[in-house]
Amino acid sequence: MSENITANAMGLLKSEAKSLNFYYGEYQALKNINLAVAEKRITALIGPSGCGKSTFLRCFNRMHDLYPGNRYDGEIMLYPDDVNILHAKIDPIEVRMRIGMVFQKPNPFPKTVYENVAYGLRVRGISNRRKLDEKVEKALRGAALWNEVKDRLTSLAFNLSGGQQQRLCIARALATDPEMMLFDEPTSALDPIATASIEELIAQLKEQVTILIVTHNMQQAARVSDYTAFMHMGEVVEFSDTNTIFTNPAQKRTEDYITGRYG
Amino acid sequence: MEPLDTHISRQYNVDLENIRTLVLQMGGLVEQQIEHAITALVQGNVTLADAVIVTDYKVNSLEVTIDEDCNQIIARRQPAAGDLRLVLMVIKTITDLERIGDEAEKIARMAVQLANEERPKNNYMEIQTLGTHVRHMVHNALDAYARMDTIAAVRVAGDDRQIDKEYEGVMRQMITFMMEDPRTITRALHVMWAARALERIGDHARNICEYVIYQVKGKDVRHISLEQMKKEVGEGS
Repeated sequence: MSENITANAMGLLKSEAKSLNFYYGEYQALKNINLAVAEKRITALIGPSGCGKSTFLRCFNRMHDLYPGNRYDGEIMLYPDDVNILHAKIDPIEVRMRIGMVFQKPNPFPKTVYENVAYGLRVRGISNRRKLDEKVEKALRGAALWNEVKDRLTSLAFNLSGGQQQRLCIARALATDPEMMLFDEPTSALDPIATASIEELIAQLKEQVTILIVTHNMQQAARVSDYTAFMHMGEVVEFSDTNTIFTNPAQKRTEDYITGRYG
Repeated sequence: MEPLDTHISRQYNVDLENIRTLVLQMGGLVEQQIEHAITALVQGNVTLADAVIVTDYKVNSLEVTIDEDCNQIIARRQPAAGDLRLVLMVIKTITDLERIGDEAEKIARMAVQLANEERPKNNYMEIQTLGTHVRHMVHNALDAYARMDTIAAVRVAGDDRQIDKEYEGVMRQMITFMMEDPRTITRALHVMWAARALERIGDHARNICEYVIYQVKGKDVRHISLEQMKKEVGEGS
């Protein structure tokens, strides 16, 4: 891998993958990944389909634990605690509280708008109505959705538009005050206007949380991210500040990909 | 630099190749304009000088065309990395080429003026010498552009120093003439204007060389010394 950027230049780190390998059964999907995630910055993962970017993203909230036969090897450190979140003794539920995730297609629960956001809080044991109201409103405001749904909190989440549903999912993830947010192609099912509002939201969120985003849309990575990692065949080929990646990448494979050439 | 013809989109290949070729075409035209302007001045050929003045519109319209093509590529393709640098350098290069065209036109205008003056004994040798060097410099800069040759680009950029020295030489010579015989003042001033135009052309040629280095290496080498420029190009080549 080519690292054009040193960890020192990135300021505080929120997380860091160290010699991370991941296996779906026999198949090795991630090969020796070393990548630093800067705190309160947006890091984008780009690369062709099947390059391992979503697999990598899912490692951050232990999504792979849900299926048997998957195996992690190596570390993902979370700072400032300095814990390896892949360690068997770490509770994946706790990890998911601290590291929220938003998926490609909006996937609200078949519940009301309110209950979608309150869900994670109830799991955390918060049942005081006033406290719940407060937190739900804060999360919905954080996801730039409050003004649109404040009068329909009791209606079913499915009645919202696609873009609103996606922001609801962001609000749901925000409700538990995560330190880090993972976005897996958050706008690929949305129209350009909804996409722009999600991008704007992501840009605002970085004031509070560290963001890791997987996107197929390179212009999106160029627009929103501070750092970009180009992945190919389960490896991080190049990692640098976004500006460098999109104007003067060091690796031929990166250049070929972002300029639309045969790899 | 990555070859231009390897994009998945064939139309994109064609678009990029097209602006690259148009720049060379514009460069060829500009070179010819310089050559004709100098010849017109040295030989006192008013017809040729007029032709240069009239032809400048072709240079201008090529600039507009290429600019528009670049706009289209940016709007439609959102070029990145090497492709982005190519489009940026093309936009800059054509500005310099257009200005070179304007300088050639200036020389042609001086040629018209000088044709009415008594010819000097040396037949405008100083303009001929300076002109030949400047013309070669422009030619070599375009050659470096065509081949994306950074080594040649640095060498050609270095030639600008020689041009500047020769220009100073012409200035001193003209000042001497004017002091010796005030009747030569009009002529000497025209020659100085022409020499000044040639010197400016040298500067524009140097700019083009800098863009070549930016395109190939991704390094901005404007406003730095020739030595630093050599260092930048030497690294990682």
